[in-house]
Amino acid sequence: MTAYRLPQGGEIDRTQPLRFTYDGRQVQGYAGDSYASALLASGETVLGRSFKYRRPRGIFGAGVEEPNIHADIRLKGHVYPNQRVTTEVAQDGAELRACGAAPGARSDRTRFVDLFSRFIPSGFYYKTFMRPNWHLFEPSIRAMAGLGRVDSTQPDALQGEQRNHHCDAVVVGAGPVGIAAALMLAEAGQSVVLCDDGTRAGGSLLSRAAVIDGMEGAAWLAQALDRLAEAGVTLLTRTTAFGVYDHGLIALNQRREGQADLLWRIRPQRIVLAAGAIERPLPFDRNDLPGILSAQAGLTYLRRYALVPGKRLVIAANNDTGEEILRVLRSAGAEATLIDTRKGTTIRSARGRQQVQGVTLSSGESIACDALLVSGGFTPTIHLHAQSGGKLDWDAAKLAFVPRPGTSAVISVGGAAGHFTLAEAFAALPAALGVGHAPQAEPQTYRVAEAWPRPGMKGRVWIDYQHDVTVKDVELAKRENFVSVEHLKRYTTLGMATDQGKTSNLQGLALMGALTGRTIPEVGTTTYRPPFTPVPLASFAGARSGSRMNPVRRLALEPQHRTAGATLGEYGGWLRPVHYGADDSAIQSEAKRARQTVGVYDASPLGKIEVMGRDAAEFVDFVYYNTMSTLKPGRCRYGFMLSEGGIVHDDGVLVRLDGGRFIVSCSSSHVASVHAMLEEWRQDRYPDRQIWIHDATAETATVTVSGPKALAVLKGAGIEAGDLAHMATGWTAIDGHELRVTRVSFTGDRSYELSIRQDLAPILWDRVIAAAKDEGGGAMGIEALMILRAEKGFIVIGKDTDGMTRPMDLGSDAPLRRKKADFLGRRSLTLPEAQRDDRNQLVGLIPADGQGLLPVGAHGIETRAGVKHSIGYVTSSYPGAGVDQPVALGLIERGAQRHGEEITLHHLGETRRARLVSPCFLDPNGERLDA
Amino acid sequence: MTRHYSALSLLKEGLTGQKGWQPAWDDRPLKPRYDVVIIGGGGQGLATAYYLAKTHGITNVAVIEKGWIGGGNTGRNTTVVRSNYFFPESVRLYDLSLKLYEKLSIELNYNIMLSQRGMVSLAHTPAEMEMSARIVNAMQINGTDAELMDAEAVRKRLPIHHGGPDARYPALGGIWQGRAGTARHDAVAWGYARAASRLGVDIIQQCEVEDFIIEGGRCRGLRTSRGEVRAERIGMAVAGHTSVLAAKAGFRLPVTSYALQACVSEPVKPILDTVVLSPGTGTYASQSDKGEIVIGGALDRVPSYGQRGNLPVLETVIGGLLEMFPAFRQLKLMRQWAGIVDVVPDSSPLLGESPLPGLFLNGGWGTGGFKAIPAGGTLLAHLLATGQHHDISRPFDLDRFTTGRLIDEAAGSGIAH
Amino acid sequence: MQIFSCPFCGPRPETEFHFGGEAGNDRPGGGASVSAADWAAYLHLRDNPKGTAREIWMHTTCLEVFVMERDTLTMRAQPGHALGSHG
Repeated sequence: MTAYRLPQGGEIDRTQPLRFTYDGRQVQGYAGDSYASALLASGETVLGRSFKYRRPRGIFGAGVEEPNIHADIRLKGHVYPNQRVTTEVAQDGAELRACGAAPGARSDRTRFVDLFSRFIPSGFYYKTFMRPNWHLFEPSIRAMAGLGRVDSTQPDALQGEQRNHHCDAVVVGAGPVGIAAALMLAEAGQSVVLCDDGTRAGGSLLSRAAVIDGMEGAAWLAQALDRLAEAGVTLLTRTTAFGVYDHGLIALNQRREGQADLLWRIRPQRIVLAAGAIERPLPFDRNDLPGILSAQAGLTYLRRYALVPGKRLVIAANNDTGEEILRVLRSAGAEATLIDTRKGTTIRSARGRQQVQGVTLSSGESIACDALLVSGGFTPTIHLHAQSGGKLDWDAAKLAFVPRPGTSAVISVGGAAGHFTLAEAFAALPAALGVGHAPQAEPQTYRVAEAWPRPGMKGRVWIDYQHDVTVKDVELAKRENFVSVEHLKRYTTLGMATDQGKTSNLQGLALMGALTGRTIPEVGTTTYRPPFTPVPLASFAGARSGSRMNPVRRLALEPQHRTAGATLGEYGGWLRPVHYGADDSAIQSEAKRARQTVGVYDASPLGKIEVMGRDAAEFVDFVYYNTMSTLKPGRCRYGFMLSEGGIVHDDGVLVRLDGGRFIVSCSSSHVASVHAMLEEWRQDRYPDRQIWIHDATAETATVTVSGPKALAVLKGAGIEAGDLAHMATGWTAIDGHELRVTRVSFTGDRSYELSIRQDLAPILWDRVIAAAKDEGGGAMGIEALMILRAEKGFIVIGKDTDGMTRPMDLGSDAPLRRKKADFLGRRSLTLPEAQRDDRNQLVGLIPADGQGLLPVGAHGIETRAGVKHSIGYVTSSYPGAGVDQPVALGLIERGAQRHGEEITLHHLGETRRARLVSPCFLDPNGERLDA
Repeated sequence: MTRHYSALSLLKEGLTGQKGWQPAWDDRPLKPRYDVVIIGGGGQGLATAYYLAKTHGITNVAVIEKGWIGGGNTGRNTTVVRSNYFFPESVRLYDLSLKLYEKLSIELNYNIMLSQRGMVSLAHTPAEMEMSARIVNAMQINGTDAELMDAEAVRKRLPIHHGGPDARYPALGGIWQGRAGTARHDAVAWGYARAASRLGVDIIQQCEVEDFIIEGGRCRGLRTSRGEVRAERIGMAVAGHTSVLAAKAGFRLPVTSYALQACVSEPVKPILDTVVLSPGTGTYASQSDKGEIVIGGALDRVPSYGQRGNLPVLETVIGGLLEMFPAFRQLKLMRQWAGIVDVVPDSSPLLGESPLPGLFLNGGWGTGGFKAIPAGGTLLAHLLATGQHHDISRPFDLDRFTTGRLIDEAAGSGIAH
Repeated sequence: MQIFSCPFCGPRPETEFHFGGEAGNDRPGGGASVSAADWAAYLHLRDNPKGTAREIWMHTTCLEVFVMERDTLTMRAQPGHALGSHG
């Protein structure tokens, strides 16, 4: 191919030359070039290799339909793999490398593969590489496959952005029909977004001649763009509408120079699809040679980039566009011949090895050429219509699937509706849109004759260029019964390449129809799925990354914890102090100090859900396993909440402030689920009763003081707690601010939970910490608390219980026997499974082999009939603080009845011995509570 | 004609234009009576037919499929195979499957491209590390391969993973199952279909069940879009639509149907060597032999029979992927799709006789039916041939919902499969 | 992104909603005397219709629990209505 530039014309700026490299070679172009146009103008022909046969390939198209040429582009420190050279604007200084070829497209090391093509038809890999083992062959096949390269040394690619938008109409495609539609809607007062995946609006007017409303195409376009601006239409170029989703959402991806792409999520009242049509290639032997271009692409290169694709051109078309192209090429001074296949003469084969050098016609005549422009008719771009559930009709005159009106929320117009002349497209607009007056265009004709690939065609006739699917492959699929259109696609991989078959699908199914005696509509199409063209993953992810991903909740006292040098960690979605100081040896000393004097911890994430109203007592009786209605005002009771399946969902203390006011303290990670569960039952079971539920967790901070010196600390801090009994609650104040004191213990020591409006928490914290220091104590983190609670056998739901744990497995069976009222999950507790006698039960474990800590996650094992069985597992394990030995909790089969027994533990292939004991390691009589 | 697949037969056929290949499976008309009819020409149904013929010698069998074989979840999943389960019942089921997969290419004479490149299930927090140890130990005790990885081991397996201490989801370690991997999903369906067809099984496509023929309280046959067919035993493997057929048969099931989405990137040169799952981000990924990054995640939020994707879950899943692998921001999404899966309360399959005698179920696989195809087929074939449970399928009977003996993997391991 | 209509807040994105099960799946009364089969049916058995469904949903921002009619194939959704009032 010896393409050349014309001295003037086109959209390029000849005063601004630019340079880039392709496979290391210098290429020159001008501002306004695409990489493809600059490459063609530089005389480049072999620019890529096909996926399977490693055939030399050149540029075929001029836009998103391009099947052949992709490059990895390196520009300004960023890497963009798999870029279609036809859609990218050429940039000075870019480095391009052909995808899937090494070291380069011209010199690809694997080009010998084509010599063996007859042995590797579609699906050959299903028939071989089985012995001895696929793994022997897989690595070399993986290495050969793949297109571009991700550069993992450049992880900082741009982060995508997203925008939500609302308007009356989105018009997809800013060609003449899309522009006319947008104008009609906007001038009728509608807000309109008009998008186009090209670099500028105009569509076919940028390359084809037209007369609209008496004006030349270019003049009409210029005034129409002015009117669009006046009417307030948002025009988005380089923006692809790639998907229509449920409830009328349309998604657009906008390319932006030097910035990450922008994903638009728009929910318009209506979507107008004016995306035009894509030209099909023609079938003949070696129709994949470099130098063979889509005729419309040739026209685009000529008109927009002032580039004549060759010195001697042959045009082959099965429709009226051939003559138009012939005229334009000749008027540009090119030597061109037209083969109108409708007149009976077709191309039998192309000649050449690395590029086309001539064609042989069905008449036997040979014509030398260095570029061949082909048009096999047009396929409407109906993807968005079909994605939104729209049906298709076969238009036998136009040889195209066209949208069946009224079958989707998308209104198709112009080429997308099968209206291949402007006059026809404009004429249909007013009815389609229901508003305004459409422009007028001079009548043209469009007639097309069949030129499908045919069974038994001689030579190698490509259907899918990128994936090397030929006529013979479709015939093979037929022979082997892969005749359903989806089987055809999957078996041959037709249409599964990065172009998703935009230029190939219809030919494939036309051939399958011919092979099986079915019409094209009988064969049907494969399902259209988003995206229309590949969309950066970054656009979908948007801002979701790092701390913006599932953001952690922050404590009101975080600044105080940080000042105190806390190491923070995520617990149940909250960022909490793990321990104070950087060294985790602090955990043990914080726990010991709390046992000896006092420890203060931030318990703010603990759930505080208020249940209020006259009927609140009846309600809490239903949602708790334990009887709660008998609780006296000012008192607290520990209990479980179950799922209807009888599984322990949460545990915690219920506080009764007064007759009609309870506070549900739930695990910090369960606040949302418990709150939702309470609301659901309130609204479902007690809709007309007086019950109000309010989650006060976020508005309240809680500081817990625990240890033998706890009461002294309260005094030191100026908090009057009186002689509050264990499991009692009351109100007091600090500096005149209301403070709720609840005496419950998660450590086994005397403990006070002090709850205050969260903005006042720093006052409380500073005062309590100062008083604790005076008593020889101080702050402690969550991990120290974990030691203290484990020594007492206090469980953490989800750690010491699993999704099978019933309350009886935790030693609580009285409510099931005694409670009168119905409660959540009750019936499930009497099912055979819940009553099994070999259930896993909460138990304590201590090492029985003289070694240290038992590993969490270790399983107890027993051998039965020669087979190893798990009998449960260690769930918590800590060095003791109040006791002089490591302590562990576990869920072990029949554990509660086996205190004193030794069992074998399995951990990562090693075994340990452990003794089962009571889960309460410290102060079994609870004397420390009042110490 | 060439029947056997091998390098040699490819070579021979290459010299004669690939013209001697036989149909992978034959199209035959639906007969009025069979010994067994299987509803559903996905992997599970086709495998059932194959094992009925192969193991039990029952060849008078029809598989009826409303669309085209392998077109449901078999052709829509992310092709992962593994047996990293917690309960012994689950491990026995999925390890049987993995073992059958390991010899399936040779057994079927069809390359299903089982690629055992291993799977990493990441642990992001100390609590997840503890749970990983619990799972690894369970797997080891139950006799399948598993290792607990530390942060360094993760870094070696996944050099491009963003999992340092500063990451939102640092990798403290994880679970490694070396025998896990992927297999070519279409090939599994086609391989079973070809082998079953050779053994005499009729595969009837474009044949939709309209109703069950129930006589004397027993299922005796089916009314289909291609006419009536009778059989003493009928199997059903129609994941995603199990409830729809159950309603026709007059019973309800513990199933809700949801869409499960997946997507692939454009193909790139090898960069991700194993299957990787991150519970923190809710995303899993692998790289196909073609080079596409195959991406999956959680179920959609809304019960659905619509086989199509939706943005919210896709965005979350891809957000998770890019958090794990920031270099993948360079990639583009090429295709997204969805399958409809049966979601069961305990996320374990339903295997056994249905409430309608004579009708046997294989369903409820949730998001994990593909990896279970050889086992699911073996077990349903056993049920259909003998009328009795295989030891491995017994725990998965429907009666577990009445006794309460669920096999809830999420309950034991904290990981929903 | 689907849009559901909360009876309290109006149309909101699907991500704010939580599926609560099929409408009409009433909790059997009778406490311990409920048969295991009835209890299992309540806990687990579902119509799971393909097409029109009546479902319970919760709007997780305002916690309104409501009934919504929806088509599980086309995804068309009717505005929700509050429990009790029409339910």
